[in-house]
Amino acid sequence: MTPTEQLKIVIVGHVDHGKSTFVGRLFHDTGSLPEGKLEQLQKIAERRGVPFEWANLMDALQSERDQNITIDTAQIWFQTKKRQYVIIDAPGHKEFLKNMITGAANAEAALLLIDANEGIQEQSRRHGYLLNLLGIRQIAVLVNKMDLQEYSQDRFEQIERDYRAFLKTIGVEPKLFIPIAAKHGDNIATLSKNTPWWTGPTVLAALDEFKVAEAPDNQPLRFPIQDVYRFDDRRILAGRVEAGSIKVGDKLLFSPSNKVSTVKTIERWNAPEISSASAGESIGVTLTEQIFVERGAVAALETDPPYELNRFKARLFWLGRAPFKMGRLYKLKLATQEAECEIASIEKIIDASTLETVVRDGDQNYVGRHEVAELTLRTKRPFAFDAHSEIVSTGRFVVVDGFEVAGGGIVADDIYPKRTADSLHKSGNIYWSHGKVTPQQRALRNGHSGCVVWLTGLSGSGKSTIATELERELFNHGQHAYVLDGDNVRHGLGSDLGFSPEDRKENIRRIGEVAKLFANAGMICITAFISPYRADRDLVRKILAGGPNQFIEVFVNAPLAVCEQRDPKGLYAKARANEIKEFTGISAPYEAPDQPEIELNTDQITVAESVARIMEYLHVQDEGTLISI
Amino acid sequence: MDYLAKLENQSIYILREAFNKFENLAMLWSIGKDSTVLLWLARKAFLGHVPFPLVHVDTTYKIASMIEYRDRLVRDWNLQLVVGKNEEVLKSGVTYPNGKATRVECCGTLKKDGLKAVLEKHHFTGVIVGVRRDEEPTRAKERYFSPRDKNMEWNVEDQPPELWDQFKTDFEKGTHIRIHPLLHWTELNIWEYIEREKIPVIPLYFANEKGERYRSLGCAPCTFPIKSSAKTVHDIIEELRHTKTSERSGRAQDKESEDAFEKLRRDGYM
Repeated sequence: MTPTEQLKIVIVGHVDHGKSTFVGRLFHDTGSLPEGKLEQLQKIAERRGVPFEWANLMDALQSERDQNITIDTAQIWFQTKKRQYVIIDAPGHKEFLKNMITGAANAEAALLLIDANEGIQEQSRRHGYLLNLLGIRQIAVLVNKMDLQEYSQDRFEQIERDYRAFLKTIGVEPKLFIPIAAKHGDNIATLSKNTPWWTGPTVLAALDEFKVAEAPDNQPLRFPIQDVYRFDDRRILAGRVEAGSIKVGDKLLFSPSNKVSTVKTIERWNAPEISSASAGESIGVTLTEQIFVERGAVAALETDPPYELNRFKARLFWLGRAPFKMGRLYKLKLATQEAECEIASIEKIIDASTLETVVRDGDQNYVGRHEVAELTLRTKRPFAFDAHSEIVSTGRFVVVDGFEVAGGGIVADDIYPKRTADSLHKSGNIYWSHGKVTPQQRALRNGHSGCVVWLTGLSGSGKSTIATELERELFNHGQHAYVLDGDNVRHGLGSDLGFSPEDRKENIRRIGEVAKLFANAGMICITAFISPYRADRDLVRKILAGGPNQFIEVFVNAPLAVCEQRDPKGLYAKARANEIKEFTGISAPYEAPDQPEIELNTDQITVAESVARIMEYLHVQDEGTLISI
Repeated sequence: MDYLAKLENQSIYILREAFNKFENLAMLWSIGKDSTVLLWLARKAFLGHVPFPLVHVDTTYKIASMIEYRDRLVRDWNLQLVVGKNEEVLKSGVTYPNGKATRVECCGTLKKDGLKAVLEKHHFTGVIVGVRRDEEPTRAKERYFSPRDKNMEWNVEDQPPELWDQFKTDFEKGTHIRIHPLLHWTELNIWEYIEREKIPVIPLYFANEKGERYRSLGCAPCTFPIKSSAKTVHDIIEELRHTKTSERSGRAQDKESEDAFEKLRRDGYM
């Protein structure tokens, strides 16, 4: 049996243009009312000596009802021969715009009512504009209360002309206009004798012509990561394919980390095993190479990645009680990404009902409640996004003020720089570096607390490679990291030191002190020194123990034979030839850590996997720290 | 993608959002068809796992076979179950079956207060509930992520906007969020999905020798079967395609006063 198809519609229009009456009539004409409901309401009206109103019927069903009416059922859906329709959200009076926007954002089609008598009103225009902004493309305009205009074709055509002209200025083309009189059922389910000049369709026929939204299968792949699951020994990336399709063997580029890996499996539960998934499917993905990926990353094919920037142009509507103000920080949510944002500039504030630019006396630096604006937003971290006109679901966002979603918008078209292979070009876009803050504020702001990642191990074990890769990975995640480089330290800070055991010890102590300062400044300080003596490393651990920041000892462990074989700088050869004295592992001891926080067997795992292990450790630590703050 | 698959994928998305955003998350399980479908969807979302506890508010007046069925699934599906009871009221005996409370008062203490107590005890800040908007008019106004204040109250007039699957996941301390992954499913969709996935449902839903079946399950004293000849899931689907009576018509507490259910819900009922 084919499941019942449903189309979600929203009904909008100016207050008193007949939304409730229309819905009541629609339910009646589609036979969707519970048995006896109409008769019951008619009787109540009669008993009270008031005319029966179709709007009451809707109110009764919606429980915004008169006191004597009993509710015994709820049908907010109705049925035609073709399918079932759901009317999203009830017309309510308070907070109508918020409800209308919520309804429209979830709807696939809209009916917009205009009173033939009153003509186009403020909300007729505002709703038309917002439907467009919300991405509703299937719109039918119902010119209602035609009975009050003696079913005049001229009046109908005049309204159609005027409203089409308005919609055209915002690039909307409604499917059609239909003359109706909801009260009498004209042209709702059947063509009306009162409008012989109207050959159709009826409202129901027009509804049945609308299409159920199809997922955008044929666009570039966008797979935003919702979560990473580790229910067993596998790491499963959970998410919904928002655009395009994904299959086993696809090479994925993750933004904003710029990491690449290949799809190993597509995971589903109690479903046929299919090695691909298309737009709209909520799936899991495992990768062939373990890289560090977390919620917010967007996977795409390397050939067609999203933009990745920390500023973009947007069109936004504001619903918040407090205005959207320049100079204040808000939270931006786009797909599964979240970060602080602020207004970089306001290009234009628009009155959605007239489309005229709002000119205010004095302070121009805010967007008020129920206003629409064209502006540029700046985010704390680079965001992966698309223009709304290209890919819808990664081209729209909401703004959270405090605990509330207070605004929404779409990414406007602009000339955004395309990605380059060198992720470091982003450095020009990194911002936010102001001053006086407490360590807690710093941690909250940075999204991580400061710490020292101390890599220790034999020469050639991979410390420097891992350190620099880790630094770049952290940097790409918008985190603040810095590698303390051995040579730099020797040139400056330790220029008075030699290589005697005392001097080596002093060198490590100084590095430890400097690392501590970096950590206190909120940074993730990475060091890569052989640091062969346990006592020296423990000294650094002690230096940090008094403060708020953690010392993370990472034992980069590769067997001597492997290191010697690698010998990237030819040092082992020199040591064997006795050209270097006291070379660790050959002619000087290496004291392996007893209980390192992390141990990396670099003869068995790749650099990327090593980095992923450290990232994971830091990530888990931070979740704990930030929550406790 | 067909319509049921769309509903399924959307529900999985919502469940995953909830799991990501709430530290202390639980799912209400009434043992009925809806919350059992919800449980099934959780296993879909988390690839066979249910990574949060299920809360069953036990009034002790449930139909006996519901408890047997519950305990069997807990065993078979390896579930964490938390049972909440309003011991105080049960001890005092002020309940409808004892003739000492109205139906609505009884729901208020045994179910609503029972739920409140169990949420508080375990500090749950996110509660997944299987309500659907086609069930009942006040449920039609719900959001996917719906805040409840410190007293569990629901402010119907001023609900958060819900755009493009960006849900309300930021909330004040002491409040909690109800999450409704089945909001857009209808009773018919539930049965279509049960048929498609072959989900084991409690046999009370199927017509017995007397030609009666339960359409909605609750406490024995306040839940009545309907006349029906539907003996299989398929029969139920056929029956629902042609019915005009409401799903909760066999639930007596809704009828005590015209707005009984709305009041219960505003106060924090499921």
